[in-house]
Amino acid sequence: MTIANSTELICFVVLAAVVVLGSLGVVLLSNIVYSAFLLGGVFMAVAGLYLLLNASFVAAAQVLVYVGAVNVLILFAIMLVNKREDLKPVEGLQLRRLLSGGVCAGLLILLVRVVVSTPWAVPGPAAIGEGATERIGEHLFTDYLLPFELASVLLLMAMIGAIVLARRDVLEADVGTGDAVDQGLIEKPSTPLLVDQSTR
Amino acid sequence: MFGPLPIQAFLLLAALLFCIGVWGLINSRNAVRVLMSIELMLNAVNINLMTFSSYLDGDLIRGQVFAVFVITVAAAEAAVGLAILLSLYRNRVTVDMERFNLLRW
Repeated sequence: MTIANSTELICFVVLAAVVVLGSLGVVLLSNIVYSAFLLGGVFMAVAGLYLLLNASFVAAAQVLVYVGAVNVLILFAIMLVNKREDLKPVEGLQLRRLLSGGVCAGLLILLVRVVVSTPWAVPGPAAIGEGATERIGEHLFTDYLLPFELASVLLLMAMIGAIVLARRDVLEADVGTGDAVDQGLIEKPSTPLLVDQSTR
Repeated sequence: MFGPLPIQAFLLLAALLFCIGVWGLINSRNAVRVLMSIELMLNAVNINLMTFSSYLDGDLIRGQVFAVFVITVAAAEAAVGLAILLSLYRNRVTVDMERFNLLRW
């Protein structure tokens, strides 16, 4: 995009602040519904960053797939498993948090060091800007044709797998008594198979 | 008065986002939040790919094609992950990660 440098800087600072604060909220907030909506905000801000990076097609795909599909899917999952439960305290949880925080901070320091100390070969070739979408199409149907076809197979597999996994198994007859089970489509209260009775 | 944005700005932002995602992945006790953290990490990787595509490969933009594939795989992963989560919830009546310990020795 051809915008002034100062405008670009302001856009980047605002989007980066939304991304960082939003993702911290996703991880730290105790209410999972707030986390899901903040995640949508983070996805939108990342799409804005893509626009700053001359990638309008991927920004549109990000909004459609992430905000439109993944985030809605997550909200549906929250709705389906929405049970207020008091999590049992686990011993050593604070220590675990501190330790993993230390590990993540170390990883961040390592990445920052790599980013700062590497001599990047900038400026590279001039960005093609508005022709990016056509170039992506050319790539997808010439040198990336096999991954493209494999991606469609993967999506089909994921669709069938999700249906099989999320389907409620219906038995012809009751396992205990041998009576026929009524096969209505109405959701029945499930009998949890693996709940350990000691903790209930 | 300002120069163009340096490549390091985007890379540092992606590194920070990735580390936040890793921390959330390890520490979340709600299974849905674990899936959200994975999405954050995938987004961080995508920002990296797009940055390299824009700054170092502006002509061929192979990074953008990679990002499209990553988005595809992320959508498939979210669908299957949430289906697994639903069937887990149906069997255990909880989303607490500490109680999904059936395979733990």
